[in-house]
Amino acid sequence: MNSQHDDVIAVDAVVPAEVSELDKQQRREKIYTRAIEGHFQRLRLYTGWPLLLGYFLLPWLMYGNRQAVLFDLPARKFHIFSLTFWPQDLVLLAFILIIAAFTLFAVTAIWGRLWCGYTCPQTVWTAIFMYIEQRFEGSRSQRIKLDQESMSWEKLRRKTLKHSGWALVAGFTGITFISYFVPIRQLLPDLLSLTANTSAASFALLFSVATYLNAGYLREKVCTDMCPYARFQSVMFDKNTLVVTYDTKRGEPRGSRKRFATKEAHQGDCVDCELCVQVCPTGIDIRAGLQYECIGCALCIDACDSIMEKMGSPKGLVSYTSENALTGNEITGLPPKTLGYIVALAVMVTLFSFSLVNRSLIELSVSRDRGQLYLPAPAGLIDNVYELHLTNRSDQAKVFLIEVDGIEGASILGDAAVTVPGGELLELGIRLRADPNRLTRSGTPILFRAVSISNQTVYAEAESRFIRPTL
Amino acid sequence: MTDFWSGWIIILTSTQLIAALWILLGNRKKPEAEIKTTGHKYDGLEELDTPLPTWWVYMFVSTIVWSVGYLLLYPGMGNYQGLLGWTSTGQYDVRVAKAEDQYRAMRDRYLAMPIEDIAFEPKVRKMGRRLFGNNCAQCHGSDAYGAHGFPNLADDDWLYGGTPEAIKATLIHGRQAAMPAWQTILGDSGIKETTQYVLSLNARDADARDAAKGAQHFQTYCVACHGPEGKGNQLMGAPNLTNGIWLYGGTADQIAHTLRNGRNGKMPAFSETLTEDKIHILTAWVYGLNRSSSQATTAANF
Repeated sequence: MNSQHDDVIAVDAVVPAEVSELDKQQRREKIYTRAIEGHFQRLRLYTGWPLLLGYFLLPWLMYGNRQAVLFDLPARKFHIFSLTFWPQDLVLLAFILIIAAFTLFAVTAIWGRLWCGYTCPQTVWTAIFMYIEQRFEGSRSQRIKLDQESMSWEKLRRKTLKHSGWALVAGFTGITFISYFVPIRQLLPDLLSLTANTSAASFALLFSVATYLNAGYLREKVCTDMCPYARFQSVMFDKNTLVVTYDTKRGEPRGSRKRFATKEAHQGDCVDCELCVQVCPTGIDIRAGLQYECIGCALCIDACDSIMEKMGSPKGLVSYTSENALTGNEITGLPPKTLGYIVALAVMVTLFSFSLVNRSLIELSVSRDRGQLYLPAPAGLIDNVYELHLTNRSDQAKVFLIEVDGIEGASILGDAAVTVPGGELLELGIRLRADPNRLTRSGTPILFRAVSISNQTVYAEAESRFIRPTL
Repeated sequence: MTDFWSGWIIILTSTQLIAALWILLGNRKKPEAEIKTTGHKYDGLEELDTPLPTWWVYMFVSTIVWSVGYLLLYPGMGNYQGLLGWTSTGQYDVRVAKAEDQYRAMRDRYLAMPIEDIAFEPKVRKMGRRLFGNNCAQCHGSDAYGAHGFPNLADDDWLYGGTPEAIKATLIHGRQAAMPAWQTILGDSGIKETTQYVLSLNARDADARDAAKGAQHFQTYCVACHGPEGKGNQLMGAPNLTNGIWLYGGTADQIAHTLRNGRNGKMPAFSETLTEDKIHILTAWVYGLNRSSSQATTAANF
């Protein structure tokens, strides 16, 4: 349908976004966002609350006699309900990160910056802080006025209330974050009684201050200047990706007019009310086209729809739509790149589930004693000594029988049946005795195996060598 | 470090610091100045020569101030030790002392208890195994069954006694065995005859005539330590020669070698290496070993 030349847009057809001189010096004006209600704002509320509640309440959940979700760094054990992860399971973390990345890619390719606009903590916490700001300092115009006023008791009161509110939320956020690493039922009383561990307390403080600064002051600057993800997301975009778009054809030429007044023939639907600019958390004008600052929060859609309704025009002057939908080239099904993301995601999820289910909870490693190559034993036999490290990563104590394969007639001296308590490592010295005349090589590969007595299918293996003298 | 390398480091470090500061200040422009371009222009894109952000400049300066403070307080300038006198070994010692403090209470609790009572305590077994692995396994083997010249600690045969007191004394003071060399006194034939007698003590094939002569040598020279029946003497660390357990091998050749050249087995003293509480736990572990593990027989056949 499209010849190659149709894809090329003439340079002068694109009106560049206005960049002021001040912008070049990286000095931005403070953004006063206007609160708006609408479909997408409600959507954010309904998706945001469960996530927030999850974040704040999860540390309080108990599983057995420990916190259900606890990343115990000193013990190097990550507990997630019934699962306990050890440093050896690090590969699973890699899987999780790859899955997260591909989920993000797929979601971004289809729905645009859904993560940024709805679930990113930066967006969610900024929204909370903005709500507090509005609660104590009033609407957008009231806040601008308040900031221009000289200091008064009323201003001091409002500012103090706002900052206290921020500090409270930031403090709880920081403490909750740390409580994923230090049990909250112990951390919270310790913090209140000022007896908490110094590093736990200082990290809680650090994260509180960071939350306070990020959501209170840095806000959109994190998205525009710091976040690498914000910058590379556009790579995932294609012409079918849903982006917040202003319908230039319908809107232009913009111009103000009275409510329900019939617009003049040359006029577009945009009434130039600038509400879309005022509600934007990153302070951009969506009418200038797709910009990297746009986090896809759709507040401008809510704002514009509310105006269009009042003006009696159809909604959707600013809407979630794709470039192809606007130009009428919509395709059915998914483009190959997006399909690729989804296939990769499915493969990774399968691999991850497989590794998680088949994860071995016991581990065996063997090292030969270095002191002696071999030891003479009675009746012309020889001994080799090994140190076995047997780890039981399950919750319960297990009894194992140590077996060895590879040498016919070899025998184990010492305790072949051992008990390993749950979550512990057993160091065990083992002596293997064999007849050197039956060994064809000076170093015979052998295989140690620790088999659970209660369940023969639970075992761990480790290779080593049996050394005999030169015959 | 020689004076040359010390000076080399000092010069390099200070030059770099000064250069960094000079580059920063030399390129500083007033933020109010008119925005210039670098003159680089490609495809309609122009590179601006914007002044550095003020916050960034202050951050850079603060890192330089920090490094000067750091170099004053800590060793960094060649051989200069720093005002704080910090050393990595000093920090290590502090950490070790802290760990010692942390575990001392628990070990002291065990120290106050008799060996027999704590020998099978799981915590003691675990700590003892670690101590053994770090200090003893090199000679006695990871399984404590010993090696050529190093006794098995897991059997019932003891050179110097297997009571808690004897084991502890061995650990604290060490042991020095002194089996003399008999070549010059016994001569070749005397060595051969005594060897045959020692073999006969174990009910092994021996030349009866040589063994009879050997018995006389034994009753003259060996009896003082090994006893009239060859059962040994734990007070002197003289091994029992009748139970088939051989520290240096039990073939006729090996026994003759021991007789001819003597043996001087040495167990080092650990009073300098390990503290009393650790020796107490190690003693308990070795003592328990003898009783908890199945004896040195084949435990499982394959």
